[in-house]
Amino acid sequence: MDLFEHQAKELFAEYGVPVPGGKVAHTAAEARDIAAEFAAAGRPKVVIKAQVKVGGRGKAGGVKLADGPEAAYEIAQQILGMDIKGHTVHKVLVEEASDIAAEYYLSFLLDRANRTFLSICSVQGGMEIEEVAHTSPGAVARIPVSPLTGVDPGKAREIISAGRLPAEALDGAAQLAERLWAVFADEDATLVEVNPMILSADGRVLALDGKVTLDDNAAFRQGGDFEKFADQSAADPLEARAKAKHLNYVKLDGQVGIIGNGAGLVMSTLDVVAYAGEQFGGIRPANFLDIGGGASAEVMANGLEIVLSDPSVRSVFVNVFGGITSCDAVANGIVSAIGMLGDRGEKVSHPIVVRLDGNNAAEGRRILDEAGIGVVEQVGTMDDAARRAAELASVAG
Amino acid sequence: MAIFLTAQSRVMIQGITGSEGRKHGTRMLAAGTKIVGGTNPRKAGQTVSLNGSDIPVFGTVADTMAETGADVSVIFVPASGTKDAVIEAIDARIPLAVVITEGIPVHDSAEFWAYACANGNTTRIVGPNCPGIASPGKSNAGIIPADISSEGRIGLVSKSGTLTYQMMYELRDIGFSTAVGIGGDPIIGTTHIDCLQAFQEDPETDVIVMIGEIGGDAEERAADYVDQHVSKPVVGYVAGFTAPEGKTMGHAGAIISGSSGTAQAKKEALEKAGVRVGRTPSETARLAREAIRRI
Repeated sequence: MDLFEHQAKELFAEYGVPVPGGKVAHTAAEARDIAAEFAAAGRPKVVIKAQVKVGGRGKAGGVKLADGPEAAYEIAQQILGMDIKGHTVHKVLVEEASDIAAEYYLSFLLDRANRTFLSICSVQGGMEIEEVAHTSPGAVARIPVSPLTGVDPGKAREIISAGRLPAEALDGAAQLAERLWAVFADEDATLVEVNPMILSADGRVLALDGKVTLDDNAAFRQGGDFEKFADQSAADPLEARAKAKHLNYVKLDGQVGIIGNGAGLVMSTLDVVAYAGEQFGGIRPANFLDIGGGASAEVMANGLEIVLSDPSVRSVFVNVFGGITSCDAVANGIVSAIGMLGDRGEKVSHPIVVRLDGNNAAEGRRILDEAGIGVVEQVGTMDDAARRAAELASVAG
Repeated sequence: MAIFLTAQSRVMIQGITGSEGRKHGTRMLAAGTKIVGGTNPRKAGQTVSLNGSDIPVFGTVADTMAETGADVSVIFVPASGTKDAVIEAIDARIPLAVVITEGIPVHDSAEFWAYACANGNTTRIVGPNCPGIASPGKSNAGIIPADISSEGRIGLVSKSGTLTYQMMYELRDIGFSTAVGIGGDPIIGTTHIDCLQAFQEDPETDVIVMIGEIGGDAEERAADYVDQHVSKPVVGYVAGFTAPEGKTMGHAGAIISGSSGTAQAKKEALEKAGVRVGRTPSETARLAREAIRRI
């Protein structure tokens, strides 16, 4: 789960990572009030920052300086509702402006290739680190961090020195690094990034921006934070509904609804449908939905319900390989699922192409045939079934 | 021979008294696996009945090994306890630990991997979040259905469980020396490269099929390895060409970040290394069939 900047900074503050003072505003009037508080405290200059989970806000005009409460109101009004790379701005962070003497870069992240953790530090901050690595590779230090020993004061100084930060920033940056590591380790993050980490005119080192990604697999032991940070507004409504039913669903932009078992097989199914769809004017998969190994009737019914709620869906492809579960159980699941939807008053009218293969496939196919459900059509292989589902979607359109 | 898991393997189960441990223990036993014991610290000294066979339960991995000669452990404990279970297996220096459990926090996987490295990597870890290893006709350590395929001369390595099953089923008439499900998590103990190396050295494997998916750069590095070290024919498949950037597709590791981890890049890297890559699982099976025929 990616966090908004303001959420990342709330976490930073909890761990003693220095951040500028700031508050979130959902309306221009709120932004004005917050700016007024800062002005009353003798800090009239504020920065209004769009809260979106996408990079390049600055260039898109989503970050602006305001010299007082009225300017804050005007600017917040411009930024709220703005579209930044497909993300609508629903809130802004109103933050006291900092006097920046220098901008650096610091992050901790999961290094998949080396199966460990990594710290990246650079004396050049404020721009994309990939860009810095490209233009001046010598300015970017990549220091492995052992999951067993982590970051102690010595390691923190090693990281900051490797990033070639100047002497006047070393103590502050090393302390920030040590605390930032605590965020990474204790919050089960896979990324914590501070870009820029700044040296202020008065000699303090602060996190001026923050990016945090938390590991969804750790939700069971970080429950409170995951609930606090979950962002209902950004989630696709169908994805949110699927999540509530514990379904692994990702909304895509095509016309063939996909239900399958196993992440790899479902990804593969999307690809096969997209290939087949090329022959039918660019028919594409409408979603990813992995119903897992069991494929019980209830899970199948919930899955079908979600997939069929997508107004772009014109046909459905149920692609199940009976591995541990045998296909007769899956076939019974499909039959009861369609019955269950009928009972819920959501009669299935779209064509459903079913491909059953694997354990006890013959029996599964027989069960589906004998059920005689008009909308269900069985096709023997995954490739042929994908073609048929794409064809039906193109005809229905 | 087969790789990692042979007819002689003596298999124990960490979490043998739990529902998953019992269910799959029974299946493994039915597949001909030598199940010699299992652990549950609270039930040490008892036995658990798997399909009529009484299997002894011990308090620790070390005790199980000492009493039964176990050399493979299949781990079914819940995600919250998996890190400790793997570290216990490493401490006992068991040669092979197969971690089936899914949903493990990546900090835990990173920690047990670092621990394994710090202890000289004497335990091969497969997984986590994987279906395990099947050497058809010999032994089965994990949840791969034993009856969907047969013994033969294809070696299979895959990040995905169901695509493993699909491929084993499509090629059941030719059969497999060993199929290894390495798992779809960001940090795994055994990689495509480890399996490629073992299959290259295995006299009972003639053709290697490798299945990858979006996320990370394991397939690209495997392609380099094939290019330099593998002389046996390799057929590949990559899932996730239509996956959008930034969305996790089921497996925790299956995510395209920016422009890295795409299926297209992986396919190109594999093809550059001389691997024939199928567009669909069926086409991949056909390519494997052709490769076997040419031998």
